[in-house]
Amino acid sequence: MISLARVGKTFKTRRGGHVQALDDVTISIRPGEFVAIVGASGCGKSTLLRMVAGLVLPDIGHLTLDGKLVTGATKGTAMVFQSPTLLPWMNVERNVAFPLSLSGGDGPEARERARVLLHSAGLAGFEHRMPRELSGGMQQRVAICRGLVQQPRILLMDEPFGALDALTREEMSLSLLALWQANPMAVLFVTHSISEAVLLADRVVVMSPRPGRVAEIVEVNLPRPRSFDQEASAEFHRCSKLIRDRIYGGAAHAH
Amino acid sequence: MLTNAADWGRRNLPVIVSTLTFLLGWELLCRGFGIRPFLLPSPSAIWTAVVPVWPNIAMHTVTTLRTVLLGLAASIAISLPLAMLIASSRTMSAAIYPLLVLTQSVPKVALAPILLVALGANEFSRVIITFLVAFFPLVVSSVAGLLAAPPELIELGRSCRATRVQELLRIRLPYALPFVFGGLRVAAALCVVGAVVAEFVGADSGLGYLIQTSMAFFRTPVAFGAVVILAIMGIALFQLVEVIERLLVPWSSNLDSNSNDNN
Ligand SMILES: Nc1ncnc2c1ncn2[C@@H]1O[C@H](COP(=O)(O)OP(=O)(O)OP(=O)(O)O)[C@@H](O)[C@H]1O
Ligand SMILES: [Mg+2]
Repeated sequence: MISLARVGKTFKTRRGGHVQALDDVTISIRPGEFVAIVGASGCGKSTLLRMVAGLVLPDIGHLTLDGKLVTGATKGTAMVFQSPTLLPWMNVERNVAFPLSLSGGDGPEARERARVLLHSAGLAGFEHRMPRELSGGMQQRVAICRGLVQQPRILLMDEPFGALDALTREEMSLSLLALWQANPMAVLFVTHSISEAVLLADRVVVMSPRPGRVAEIVEVNLPRPRSFDQEASAEFHRCSKLIRDRIYGGAAHAH
Repeated sequence: MLTNAADWGRRNLPVIVSTLTFLLGWELLCRGFGIRPFLLPSPSAIWTAVVPVWPNIAMHTVTTLRTVLLGLAASIAISLPLAMLIASSRTMSAAIYPLLVLTQSVPKVALAPILLVALGANEFSRVIITFLVAFFPLVVSSVAGLLAAPPELIELGRSCRATRVQELLRIRLPYALPFVFGGLRVAAALCVVGAVVAEFVGADSGLGYLIQTSMAFFRTPVAFGAVVILAIMGIALFQLVEVIERLLVPWSSNLDSNSNDNN
């Protein structure tokens, strides 16, 4: 469905220099697949995601969605950012329905869809609160609902749990999996956490920095539904070790 | 309601005390040194001079207030679209901003007599002068607000396929409202200045006109009365802007009415 073929992106810096954010990236993602992206800071994960969202265009290579070249934000693609980025002047329900309201679909059924999602995200009763009255974890859940309300076929998540504490993070990973199982869509999920990537994903794309390249693609053969018990399994360790070795290169072998 | 009134009293007690002390000091100064009323009238002298002619003063107040409000309305009606135009593209900004700065480097007080000759000594030209004195800070702060929307929110709009107009109206404009209200407070104060300047130059009623004619006959207490009313008008407009801001922009953090931690 999504296909990146030898994609590259170079940014110009303000001082006139160049930063090669992505180089020769080739990935294809199937419908309904859960793909995690891990890699060191600055290796182009966000750039890759923003590219699939149509917010950044590649300078070389091809990015296609169902065979069509991506030239801008496409319908069917929704993005969840690292910070909640809620609109402070709208209540929770209207924030969730915001993407629909932009395309004129702001009727009662949009509100209803927003309410159902908020309910499933454990936010029933908070529909009419303002964002600043919510905790960070609750705000991030609202942001996820805002992505899901568009009924995307591709959900892009850029370190959505990055700002959360470990407990909230684990809880949210499981509810994300439940939501994904209930709504058929491909998920592209950027994270810094190797165990989070293995727990969630069907495949983990490991990226290496400067320039951002795909170092390895690791298949995770753990049965679903996933749970934290599987962290003790051999497969979990195999995947984690493979990913860790790829990220740290030779350094990990020294141990 | 009762606790509200008590709250209000407690919050405003310092300013009430300081105002009363100021008036008392003024009164004692005038009486103690026997300053003649046409040089500096005491508060009581102002009061006794103003009360008998209050219908006349009320008439002048209404005239000035109307000019101020029309000037403020014109400032809003012109500044907001102008600010959106400037914020919408770099080319627009490069084309319009220098012209705006140019209009600001011309002293409007010097322009007032010229404009009154060109447009006639009527209310319309007084409103224009009021507008010219007041609109600039409103444009500047509105543009700053429209450009202040964080890039994450803009990117959110893009990812939801917002058009440029939607980006401006649905994201940038609401985000800019606290900035707009900041500019509006300054503009409201400046409108009072502008209206009085216009009335000094060419008017047959209004508080500015009253001050001039009163001073021509050394009726200083009446002129002082007009000045006090202008000050009250300025304060009232400022408060009104704040009340409207509280209604329209409840999310603005600098208006957090729940934090009474400073008393
Ligand atoms: N708009 C831009 N202009 C200039 N350089 C950019 C821009 N966006 C990204 N870069 C550069 O591209 C490289 C990759 O950035 P990117 O944000 O994709 O990294 P990342 O893998 O998401 O990092 P992190 O894990 O810290 O979020 C960085 O060196 C960054 O400085
Ligand atoms: Mg990033």
